[in-house]
Amino acid sequence: MTQPLPMAGAAANVNLAGLAKNDYRGNPSTLCQGCGHNSISNQIVSAMYEMNVVPENVIKFSGIGCSSKSPTYFLNRSFGFNSLHGRMPSIATGSLFGDHTLKGLAVSGDGDTASIGMGQFKHVVRRNVNMVYIVENNGVYGLTKGQFSATAERGLSLKKQGANQYMPVDICMEALVSNATFVARSFAGNAKQVKELIKAAMSHNGIAVLDIISPCVTFNNQENAYHSYAWGKDHEEPLHDITYIAPRNEIILEEEMKEGEIREVSLHDGSVVILKNLDKDYNPTDRFEAMRILAEAQQNNWLATGLIYIETNKPTLTEMYNLVDTPLNRLEEADLRPAPAMIDKVNALMF
Amino acid sequence: MDKVVNDFSIIVGTKNGSGSSTANNTILRAIFKMGIPVSGKNLFPSNIQGLPTWYTIRANKDGFIARREENEIVIAMNPDSFARDLASVAPGGAFFYSDDIKQPITRADIAVYPMPVKQIVRGDPSIPSDFRDLVGNMVYVGILAQTLGLDLDTIYAALNFHFKGKQKPIDMNFNTVKASAEWAKANLEKKDPFYLEPMDKTNGLIMADGNTAAAVGSIFGGVQFAAWYPITPASSLAESLNDYFPLLRKREDGKHTYAVLQAEDELAAIGMAIGAGWSGLRSMTSTSGPGLSLMTEFAGLAYYAEVPVVVWDVQRIGPSTGLPTRTSQADLTFVNSMGHGDTQSVILLPGSVDECFEFGWRAFDVAEQLQAPVFVLSDLDMGMNQWMSKPFQYPDTPMQRGKVLWDKDIEELKGNWGRYLDKDGDGIPYRTVPGNKHPMSSYFTRGTGHDENARYTEDSSVWLRNMDRLKKKYETARQYVPAPISYTKPGATIGVIGYGSTEAAILEAIHQLETEDGIQADFLRVRALPFTQEVADFVTKYDQILVVEQNRDGQLKQLLTVEYPNQAPNLKSVAFGDGMPASAKWVREGILAKYAEPVQQR
Repeated sequence: MTQPLPMAGAAANVNLAGLAKNDYRGNPSTLCQGCGHNSISNQIVSAMYEMNVVPENVIKFSGIGCSSKSPTYFLNRSFGFNSLHGRMPSIATGSLFGDHTLKGLAVSGDGDTASIGMGQFKHVVRRNVNMVYIVENNGVYGLTKGQFSATAERGLSLKKQGANQYMPVDICMEALVSNATFVARSFAGNAKQVKELIKAAMSHNGIAVLDIISPCVTFNNQENAYHSYAWGKDHEEPLHDITYIAPRNEIILEEEMKEGEIREVSLHDGSVVILKNLDKDYNPTDRFEAMRILAEAQQNNWLATGLIYIETNKPTLTEMYNLVDTPLNRLEEADLRPAPAMIDKVNALMF
Repeated sequence: MDKVVNDFSIIVGTKNGSGSSTANNTILRAIFKMGIPVSGKNLFPSNIQGLPTWYTIRANKDGFIARREENEIVIAMNPDSFARDLASVAPGGAFFYSDDIKQPITRADIAVYPMPVKQIVRGDPSIPSDFRDLVGNMVYVGILAQTLGLDLDTIYAALNFHFKGKQKPIDMNFNTVKASAEWAKANLEKKDPFYLEPMDKTNGLIMADGNTAAAVGSIFGGVQFAAWYPITPASSLAESLNDYFPLLRKREDGKHTYAVLQAEDELAAIGMAIGAGWSGLRSMTSTSGPGLSLMTEFAGLAYYAEVPVVVWDVQRIGPSTGLPTRTSQADLTFVNSMGHGDTQSVILLPGSVDECFEFGWRAFDVAEQLQAPVFVLSDLDMGMNQWMSKPFQYPDTPMQRGKVLWDKDIEELKGNWGRYLDKDGDGIPYRTVPGNKHPMSSYFTRGTGHDENARYTEDSSVWLRNMDRLKKKYETARQYVPAPISYTKPGATIGVIGYGSTEAAILEAIHQLETEDGIQADFLRVRALPFTQEVADFVTKYDQILVVEQNRDGQLKQLLTVEYPNQAPNLKSVAFGDGMPASAKWVREGILAKYAEPVQQR
């Protein structure tokens, strides 16, 4: 099958959902100029537009911090819940029971996820809640003006804080050991990869953790800092070139197939992620290999980016609950309140 | 010796984890099935196995079923508490003990009955050796059956219920009961005056605990989502949801209209419940004080973001571990302003097991109508103990889902709506929920300052306007919460106010004040915050109002004082929080200690 052409007369800039790119935008960002988070917001807008996502089918979630402000800056037509610091996962978990047909799209930060929210992060991962979980990771607390986060590398010096003495938390590693079904890492400066990974994550059925190194231009952008643009550009070691192919879009697939070493991963909705390996023969369905790659990157001071791990056949949280097909929040009294006769039955069950 | 019929208390001293609860519940239920008003209270330590534990049963022909501090009949099965148990027998009472406890009997003013527990159990070869200790508790059931007149058929009915009709354990236990009764008939001479005789005062009543009632009531309220974290004494509430959902919400397609999720902690439990409430589900969590403390930040968010959710607090004493297996009414002021900054909570206060059922469903109506968290404060005594209760009544009103706009509503409004706009002047705005596919339906929920259209703002005047509206909503809440229950009669000179599980003790104390102290008192049992007009009327009616509650600081009295400052001089606190279920004795003595003789008019 080939991709249907836009209908005659339709505006060229309207996608298959009948929406223009503007329909995916949010309010103007109030984050700093050059903030990596803004670039990620832009890629979210592009990815959703290109994937023909209906914004009403997405719920946005965030915790507290600079990153958690960003859901205001994309998908204005989606419901959103900007919750508590470190507690976004629980809000998302409960909310997605309201209508199990909706997809969660969450943005958190390194403080929100790896410090105050580590517990909820690990548990939302192990429950395989059906959502994209983006960590905009800059190693620093921006809104409170420049304190270390738990992902800051040892030895990093920050104004007023001195040198960080502790080893950093590796969010991808934490996700992996919690049995995440989709783990990826990217760098905000690598816009194409960010976008392709967001698309793959959206198509994944279950939790998709996307750790994006997103430099803080105000408090942590020293050239030697792990979460800076300069360091990221110099040390990024992509595992592969990644291309996301929408369902049934076979023309592009064939083109890509012609090139060298290629690995395809089929996603739940029929879409495909094509990974064109660079210098390593990397298999993202091998959990041990994923851990090895992460440990190796840490040892060698690399920023390993790409789709690190994916497992496509695990049930999501709501799938484990055998729910009715109708979203729970559309059920009415007849579905929810037991019949009057049941009261006698219940009383008879008491002594 | 005059017979004492259907008016005495029994206490059983055993070791925690020794399996005595089956025996104790059997006695309680057997007395209930004999038609005699009865209560049973488990006075247990925070321990899995080994520490002393007691179970007290009160039978009372007049229907007074509060815990009594004095016990006429004491059963000692635990050598560690033997001396204390022996000393506790009321003068003229009866003392039954397991005869393998070789300790001196130091009382001559009571009837003493040794019980050959081991001998009787070993006498039945069908009891496997590893069941002997468990079944051994049935020996005192059988011996009481013979000496007090506890009916064997009702004992059988109680065992049949307990073991859900499974014949093998029923037979094993009942055979021991029978053998013990026969042994007592042949070997014990009745030396005490206490008897149980059938009555008809429990006809039409059921026996249940408040946590089960709350769970079943919630299901009749259409609960769809519950998240929880294990904590005594609240765990059995969530567990009962799991027990009763499959029966009560069974569907032909086998699919579920509900989800119960054990969260990683209470922070997550309430977070999930709020998420579900926000997305349009009837959603709840259940916990006790320490868990509630963890939920505080989220409670404040739900108040301010206006998310309906029901939170059951089965109260116990103290922070951290505190006294986790002891009852309390000490979370009231905490919950009243739970959250950050200016918050005012809507609180329901059930006072009986059937009210736990009723508030189970009603709490969702209140929460969804007000778009606010609703806290239901029960306690360990009501939640975990078996109580006689009126049968559960089917909800008498359809489900009230509040102001929710769906796709067609937004279309009719042409998208012209505001999430926090007070369109009706009652402080309650309209809301939409995820899954509404109208392009104008969505909004962004946040704890940050927001305007009528849910847009971020730090504008002072918008903030003030919103806070005033929330205050107005709290005023509106007075129309939605249950009114108090009043017990009045002509000639009363003082008023007594209480709430929750202390009702039985207060009513008995009021009876004693009238018959023994010549003081006539009216009683008002408050059932909710904010207070309704009936509470205002009551506090202005008497020169002396005694507020009875199970805490140290007189929390309800504090709240009444703030609400009705003009009546403050007339409000007196009778507060006592020792962890024990309320007794008429402390209520009466507490009232007498604060009571002032009316000044004679000149």
